[in-house]
Amino acid sequence: MTWFASHPLGVLLVPLVVAAMLGAFGRWLRPAAPWIALLGPAAALVTGAGALMAGESRVVVGSVPWIAVGDRVLAVGYRVDSLSALMLVVLGVVASCVVVFSVGYMRGERGWSRYFALISLFCASMAGLVIASGLVELFIGWELVGVCSFLLIGFWYDKPAAADAARKAFLTTRVGDAGLLLAMALIWTKTGSMSIDGLGRAAATLPPAVVTAAALLLFLGAAGKSAQFPLHIWLPDAMEGPTPVSALIHAATMVAAGVYLVARTWPLFAASPVAQGVVLVVGVFTALAAATAALAQTDIKRVLAYSTISQLGFMFAALGAGNWRAAIFHLVTHAAFKALLFLAAGSVIHGAGTQDLRQMGGLVRRMPATAVAWMAGGLALAGVPPLAGFFSKDAVIAAVMHRSPLAAWTLILASLLTAMYVARSTQLAFFGDSRDVYAAHESPLSMTLPLGVLAGLACALGFTATALLGALGATGGESISAAIVVPAVLAAFTGLATGWFVWAREPGAENAFPSWLERAWGAARNGYGFDAAVVRATVQPLMTLATLTYAFTDRIVIDGTAEGVSKGAGGIAEWLRELQNGDVHWYGAMTAAGVVVLLTVVVWLTRGA
Amino acid sequence: MLLTTLITFPFAGALASWLTGRWAPRAARVVALTVALAEAGLVVSALLAASGAASGSLTTGLTGIGWPLRLDGLASPLVALTGLLGIVAVLASWRVRKRPGAHFAMLLALQGAVTAVFLAADLLLFYVAWEAVLIPMFFLIGVWGHEKRRHAAMKFFAYTFAGSALMLVGLIVVITHTGTTSIAGAIKTGLDARTGTLVFWLLAAGFAVKIPVWPLHTWLPDAHVEAPTAGSIMLAGILLKMGGYGFIRLGLPVAPAAARAAAPVLATLGIIAIVYGALMALAQTDLKRLVAYSSVAHMGFVVLAISIGSKLALTAAVLVMVAHGLTSALLFLLVGMLHDRTHTRDIARFGGLLRVVPGWGTALTFGLLASLGLPGLAGFPGELVSTLEGFRAWGWWMAVVAVGVVLAGAYNLRALRRVAHGPLAEEWSDMRDLDPREVAAIVPLAIGIVVLGVWPGLVSSAVAPVAEAIAKTLGGG
Repeated sequence: MTWFASHPLGVLLVPLVVAAMLGAFGRWLRPAAPWIALLGPAAALVTGAGALMAGESRVVVGSVPWIAVGDRVLAVGYRVDSLSALMLVVLGVVASCVVVFSVGYMRGERGWSRYFALISLFCASMAGLVIASGLVELFIGWELVGVCSFLLIGFWYDKPAAADAARKAFLTTRVGDAGLLLAMALIWTKTGSMSIDGLGRAAATLPPAVVTAAALLLFLGAAGKSAQFPLHIWLPDAMEGPTPVSALIHAATMVAAGVYLVARTWPLFAASPVAQGVVLVVGVFTALAAATAALAQTDIKRVLAYSTISQLGFMFAALGAGNWRAAIFHLVTHAAFKALLFLAAGSVIHGAGTQDLRQMGGLVRRMPATAVAWMAGGLALAGVPPLAGFFSKDAVIAAVMHRSPLAAWTLILASLLTAMYVARSTQLAFFGDSRDVYAAHESPLSMTLPLGVLAGLACALGFTATALLGALGATGGESISAAIVVPAVLAAFTGLATGWFVWAREPGAENAFPSWLERAWGAARNGYGFDAAVVRATVQPLMTLATLTYAFTDRIVIDGTAEGVSKGAGGIAEWLRELQNGDVHWYGAMTAAGVVVLLTVVVWLTRGA
Repeated sequence: MLLTTLITFPFAGALASWLTGRWAPRAARVVALTVALAEAGLVVSALLAASGAASGSLTTGLTGIGWPLRLDGLASPLVALTGLLGIVAVLASWRVRKRPGAHFAMLLALQGAVTAVFLAADLLLFYVAWEAVLIPMFFLIGVWGHEKRRHAAMKFFAYTFAGSALMLVGLIVVITHTGTTSIAGAIKTGLDARTGTLVFWLLAAGFAVKIPVWPLHTWLPDAHVEAPTAGSIMLAGILLKMGGYGFIRLGLPVAPAAARAAAPVLATLGIIAIVYGALMALAQTDLKRLVAYSSVAHMGFVVLAISIGSKLALTAAVLVMVAHGLTSALLFLLVGMLHDRTHTRDIARFGGLLRVVPGWGTALTFGLLASLGLPGLAGFPGELVSTLEGFRAWGWWMAVVAVGVVLAGAYNLRALRRVAHGPLAEEWSDMRDLDPREVAAIVPLAIGIVVLGVWPGLVSSAVAPVAEAIAKTLGGG
């Protein structure tokens, strides 16, 4: 394992070769495709685990010039330290579970080999992002995971909703990427280097305004990728993709890349209180608002999508409070329990044939294994002790409490809502009477086995807190006080109980709400109309601007002038020589005459020289 | 001798193809393909010889008769691109029915003339080659084009001829003031400030039309839409690069002070083109016009990089040019294949094609992703470095470029969504997928796009010494 840890490029090359093989020879590799596709996650897991075991002090680096002109060099390289090793382990575990799960879930799909090729390409890209030693190679991985996400959301490309969602996801995140690009340009201009190692010195020496600008631009990129307000609008739609893809890309790994980016470039944020403040506010607001939206969803995947946005908000809140280790801890546990929830939802969709919570009910009897897995993930998400989410969420809230009690209490409120939507969706899907799912059946072993693995992690990961934070270089003293644990746990149980009992009798309990609450409920269900408003304010105006500019500026003004000049020349031609309009010879003669005239003018102008 | 052959061989091949076409029209394409392949082999051996030479360049001595040629690191990538696209263009027009012999003769003559532009070490030869390019291209559009081919050919000719007339005046002034026709000699002698300014703008007029620089671009969409596929491939892939090459080879080093004074203007026009071209591409209903306007945007990066003038930026300009040469050639090739099958380019009539023609659809996905500047593919390294260096030179104006980068995503994905995704447009449900000849045309371009995207050093290491020397004359680093 240490060999793998000191030769980390395998995490890139193995899945890349697998993707190329499946892409080129997929037709002949059909039965073996998923098992070959396991090689990439395995490489990430082995390398990451090996590096973690080798200890915190061990950092493997290497770099080569990518574009070099004289002394100006743009280098690319890799860097495996405890943070990137941890991310590799997360990627390896979740991707392995997702690949195995897909064997059952994607059975019989056309595009089977394409699916596993894209998953492998995603693993390579994500690994590249994670082990990047500079911003250029990080950006390459960053964009490639984005394109894999695009291709996988649009896996069923002939379905308009899927194709539209894919495009929306790519373009929304690309708005953030523009910020990342500018951050790179700013850093390049001010330091002449793209190395992440150099950011510490940059943060110490550059003017505060520059550091803040760079940090905020980086955060714009992070907010796009990690679906933070106001760039969150793509993630709920991204649920059009196959559910295992949602688990891997849109819950555990890619959407967490924004959190990773901020942690990786931490020196810039550490030096900028303004940037930290912005991150904190955006994170807390997103955590709360998305939790309310999750509560009102009727589609089981959209509940999880808004939940993911909300939980990423928790992570950014920790970053904004200055504790990146707490954010990464929550990233790790969230990867386990949210991937678990998505895969369990996938199992439900597979077994029950619907993803509408209102049609489900009573699935615990027909799909017991799935139900247990779902509840393990749900309780971990709700922050019930001693499951994983309890530890990491409390670490986040403790970190935020140091900075701003108001923000911390807002997060506790968001935790309450979190527990409430967990209880509501559990109640609607698995308990009560079966509504429209009489043919539901438990999923095959290939699907329940990964659920078991992730459920074990969702339960146990919290106990690794000390080891994990220690590996990231935390110096201890981050003990969680009762002042935080008690209100947080109380909030969790209050939320669970409320959600459970309100929706216990009547699946459509919200219809009996007082009218003001019902209105608010409807608004929350549509994400407060924000998504629609953004689309209205951007897409159509942009198309109108493009069409009008084309019709007027391009066709009439610019081209009209050019054609007018040419017609004018033709007209003079006719008048002078009565030649046919537009004759090549005439243009030639005109030009020759023009050359002579111009030459005379130029010679006169430069006569003194 | 090898360099001379690089130019004369395609012309000889053109003659052979034309003569063959007179007796056996269907054999002309075989002759043309053989010539294009052999020319590519010659290009490879010349590149190897140049990179093996101590100076990193190859020269031919015939100075006395106005035929000095030079293959250096700046010309090499573009000559290589010409060699590759020459083959692709022949394959793309494999089924041409109208006078195939003459058609292939024009393609090969075009290839020879463009190669001469890139190899010329003499101002007069440069000019003659520059104008010689015009003639076969004019006929390719005017004879083998679509409905409005005559108008488009005239427009192309008038525009570029007007530009090159100004360039000719500039060249004559250079020659009379420096007393030499050698490019290197003229650069070494230099010009006084007032003459330099005049010369720079006269030359720039010729180059700017060719690139084309906004707002001199409107000949381009018309020419592309009417041109046959092979014509579009050569036009977008190589002819536009003559403009960027002219700036770097001649415009900047002959009049460095004037070039520096002109930099803000060039930067402004380049930045406008990046956003404007993308916005116009977004508005198109004709797939080929869309690709044409995307060329305006991509060449905007070349203009931007030239305006910066640092050694890294000039290298980036060449990277963008080669990348755009490969990517636009691929896209025009694919649009041409679609037009062969459907006889339309109207985006609204397509939909869901990935289902019926997965091979073509995958290639289109690849091409459009390359066009939006996806990292790992050819467009990214050059556009990234242009933006990075652009920030050094022009600061926050790069935010406008970033808007262009987002728009590039928008128009490319809009095209992909409308053409390949969504429900299948039933009228095309029995379309046939790629045949081996078409695959053979696509694959080398795709390989080139990946190689350049992963390993831009392949091109940048060749360009670097030349870029460094020119950047030094500009007083930058």
